[in-house]
This record gives sequence, C-alpha cells and structure tokens, in this order.
Amino acid sequence: MNQEEINELENMALRVREHIIRLSTDGGCFTGASLSCADLIVYLYSHFLNVGPHNFDTPDRDYLFLSKGHDVPALYGTFVELGWMEAERLTNHLKTNDTIYWHPNRNIPGIEFHSGSLGHLPSVAVGVAMDCKMRGLNNRIVVITGDGELNEGSVWEAILVAQAYKLDNLLFIVDRNYFQANIRTEELIPLEPLAPKFEAFGWRAKRVDGHSFTALDEALSGVPFAAGQPSVLIADTVRGRGLPSIQERADRWFCNFTHDEVDQLLEELHGVRRAEIESEALIVR
Amino acid sequence: MKNYEQTLLEMMADDERIIVMTAENRAAIRNLPNLAPGRFIDTGITEQTMVGAAAGLALRGRIPVLHALATFLTLRAFEFVRTDVGIGNLPVKLVGGVPGFLSDGNGPTHQAIEDVALMRGIPHMHVFCPADEQDMLLALPHIINSPNPTYIRYNGLKPVVNHAGDFAIGRAEQVSDGTDIAILVYGMLFAQAWEAKALLEAEGLSVRLINVRMPKPIDEEAVLRAARETNLLVTLEDHFLTGGLYSIVAETLLHHGETADVLPFALDERWFRPALLNDVLQYEGFTGEQIAARILERVPTRV
Repeated sequence: MNQEEINELENMALRVREHIIRLSTDGGCFTGASLSCADLIVYLYSHFLNVGPHNFDTPDRDYLFLSKGHDVPALYGTFVELGWMEAERLTNHLKTNDTIYWHPNRNIPGIEFHSGSLGHLPSVAVGVAMDCKMRGLNNRIVVITGDGELNEGSVWEAILVAQAYKLDNLLFIVDRNYFQANIRTEELIPLEPLAPKFEAFGWRAKRVDGHSFTALDEALSGVPFAAGQPSVLIADTVRGRGLPSIQERADRWFCNFTHDEVDQLLEELHGVRRAEIESEALIVR
Repeated sequence: MKNYEQTLLEMMADDERIIVMTAENRAAIRNLPNLAPGRFIDTGITEQTMVGAAAGLALRGRIPVLHALATFLTLRAFEFVRTDVGIGNLPVKLVGGVPGFLSDGNGPTHQAIEDVALMRGIPHMHVFCPADEQDMLLALPHIINSPNPTYIRYNGLKPVVNHAGDFAIGRAEQVSDGTDIAILVYGMLFAQAWEAKALLEAEGLSVRLINVRMPKPIDEEAVLRAARETNLLVTLEDHFLTGGLYSIVAETLLHHGETADVLPFALDERWFRPALLNDVLQYEGFTGEQIAARILERVPTRV
C-alpha cells in the first residue's frame, strides 16, 4: 500500500467518523464502540474484501459479518463513503420510515445478516464457511467480534467447530478496545493472554495496531495465516478513537449528544478544539 | 417400508440443497454419515453453533435438517432458533429427538414438554408432530420443501393405523367422523387415542379422532367443525398444559367467537415421573383405558 492509498483511507475513515458523530444524537448510538472499529471496517471494504454492489448476490463473494452489531454506525458510514448507500438515508436513523437503527439488518444492501445479540455470527459464519468449502470456493469469510463478546460461550463453541472443520477461509477480527459495555474487560472478565487462547484452540493468531492501515495491510496480506487453520487478527484499538473527550471512557459507549455537542465533536475530530460535553453519560447495560 | 434415514437419503440424492446436521446425536441417522459424506455435518455437542451454522448454510441456499434431542435443540439453542432462524425466516428444519413421553427414563432435564409452546411462538415457524413413523415419512417431503422454518417432533414408532397419504401443511387428518366426542391428538399419544376410541365406541359413543399433525399452522376448520359437530372436545398431548394443543384450541375458538366443552389431557405445571414408557403412561394416566375412563366420567353413555 503506497502513501497515497494510506492518505485516501485516512480521509475516508475521518469522514466515516463524522457520520458516526452525526448519528450520535436524536436518540444516539453506540459511538464509542463504532469509533474503535471504523478504521478496520474502512480498510476491509476498501482493500481486503471482494464484495460490493457488483457482486452482492454472487455465491463467491467475500463476506463480512458484524457480530458486535452495535457498531453498525461505522458500517453505515463506510457504505455511504463507498457510494453503496445514499448519505441522505442516514437522516432516517431511528425513524419508522426506514430500517436504520442501532443494530444491523439485511434491508441494507451489503449487510449479510442481522446481529445485536452477541455471540451469534461466529456460528452463522461457520455455516457460510462450511458451504463455501463444500463448493470448492476460495472466498473469505470475515467476522468482526467485540472483545467483550468473547465472554459468550457460543463464540468458543464456534471456535472449536471451525478448527475441527479446518475452516481456513474463516477470519475473525477482534476489535480489542479493552471495554465491554461500561466496564474495562480486564477488570471484569480478563481476556489476556488472548492470542494464546485462540492458538490453544487450534487457530493461528496475529496481533496488530487496529488503527494502522499499513499494519493491517501487512498482517492480512497472508490470510490464512496457516493452511488448514482458521485465522484470528486481534486488532488493538481505542474506544472512542478520534475524540479525546470521550476516548477510553467507560461511560461513553452509548452516546446521545445535543446538536451543539455534535458540532463541537466534529471540530474536535478535526483538531480545532476540544469539545465540552455536558450530556449525561449513559449506562445502558 | 423405508425408514426415516432412507427417506432422507433419497431426498438428498434428488436435492443438493439438503444438508444433514447433528449436534452429536446420530440415533436416527446412523448410516448417513458414511452414505452422504460431504453433505453431513456433526458440530459436536454444540446445539447453539449447529443452529447458527444452519442459518449460515441456509443463507447460502441450503436446506439444513438438524438433529438433536428435542430439549437441547429447543431450549439450549432457543435464542439461536428465534434470532438466527426466526428473524432470518430461513428454511431450517429442526428435528427434535425423544420429545415428550418418549424421553421415558431420562428425567426432567430431557423432557421436551414445552417445545411446541416455544417453537410455535416464533413467527413463521411451523410445528409438525407426527403420530408415528409412517405419518412422519408421508410428511417429510412437504416439510423439507416448505419455505418455512419447521420444528419436527421426531417419532419413529410403528403405526397403529394406515395414515391418509394426502398430507398438506396446516391440515389435520380426520381419522374417523364421530359426533359425540372429538379427540384431538398429536404425536405418539395417537396410539393411546386410537385405543381409547375403540373403548368409547364399545360404550356406544360416536368418536371423531383427529390426528392434528401440525399444531402450527393449526387446521382451524377441523377444530371448529369438531366444536360444532360434537358435544365434547378432548385435547391429548404429552406437553405442558400451557401453550400446547389445549391453548391452541382455546385460541382458535376465541378467535372465531365460539365455545365448546373441552377436556384436556396434558401435564399441568409438572414434569412427568421418569420410567420406561409404558409405566410412564400408566403412572401419568395416559393409557388408552385411563383416557377412555376419564372421558366417560364427563360424557354419560347412551345406553
């Protein structure tokens, strides 16, 4: 990836973050969780996945499953920036005239399956990966999971089954932002050492800075990491990335800002000045 | 007669969409793994992952036919059935083994006696409870080819009657056309209903026997006709009283503004005493004789 491509991705990610911030009002959304995986999603759709409106219905397309469904604003923003979705449509967020809400659904072209309840899409992706193997296809099935989501036992069932069936067409990306809902993961249900857990289950793991496009590109250039084994990329990320005033704050997972605060946060994103947030922190879980 | 596994294999040979899955319960499909390699997936003891993966396979155009004990399929994996298969409205076929009284000596952990209530509560989900193996196999092609997700209460028992071959989704089988009493039954208790029918007829009563087959979609016409044309409806099921056939009949009558005298046979707020099947039936009051006797208490004979 050359510098020009990196600049392009960084600009796109910045615009995706603007969309996320604009969705964080009039009902709000899971701002913190969306900002942590925005770079991942931008990178995957721009440089990794062979999927788009030209092949949405073809059986050999690549798949992305957003298992931590509450970060769907990052997906909406990316789809708008890729031109797959009208920007205007985001103004329908949480309106009954459309189906743009806090979790993904299949009425939006490009979204492969609904999610929201954690620990489901690893299994769904296993089924898709099995079928692609049966048909002798070489496409890739990617699942973005949260780190808190790894508490769910069903995730580990799917991890066991994936290695049993040697699903090397399957790639998990853990959005490792060190928070689950409103608590730090290591204070509640510690996950570290995380990569060895996956490796003990027969997967191949890599760990990178989830906000570095060059690091992501380098790590994912060799997928699967080993033939005959599923791969996992642990992407170290920062919750609320891009907005110092809410970054890494346990209480800024779900946010519902005033319009003025949204304007301030947009300025903060662009380095103009730090926002002064007075909206009550929301503990939604 | 072909058995379940042979029937499934024949259908698989004709339809590459069918994938057979199990969460390590191969009782009904012992030979299939060797006879249909590549079309068989055993996910191990992982009901949730099996159901989630089935949703993924269905997204790819497959018709997954899943096998696990009825309790674990409908309870352990309930949210996966509801959220992945249900919200997705995907044609996944869930085959629950040893449902109801058929779990005999296992104990309450294995007693699927809320499965009909749970499965029918999911939008678009069909529920099929065959009277016996013949009934199950008559329906299988219709069930597999239906676009709906479907729960099947597996029943490999030998038939006590020759079932009508004209199976249709949402249609009951009216085995006899009596006018005094209508017995509505699904699943393995069909045999006990058949026995009770003979005993009641010996007492001079005219008995309508309805093999409900599908608690959902319920055959409303069959229920309403039975309510209008007989003096007593009997619902007979190896299921909790809550949410099963008794509830379905009540809902149907209420929906159509009708009423009827209804005598339910079901498990009222309790699990059943674990034992071998015949002893369970005796202990719980579900033998043909016990059923006939309780019905006779409610209906004076004409003699």
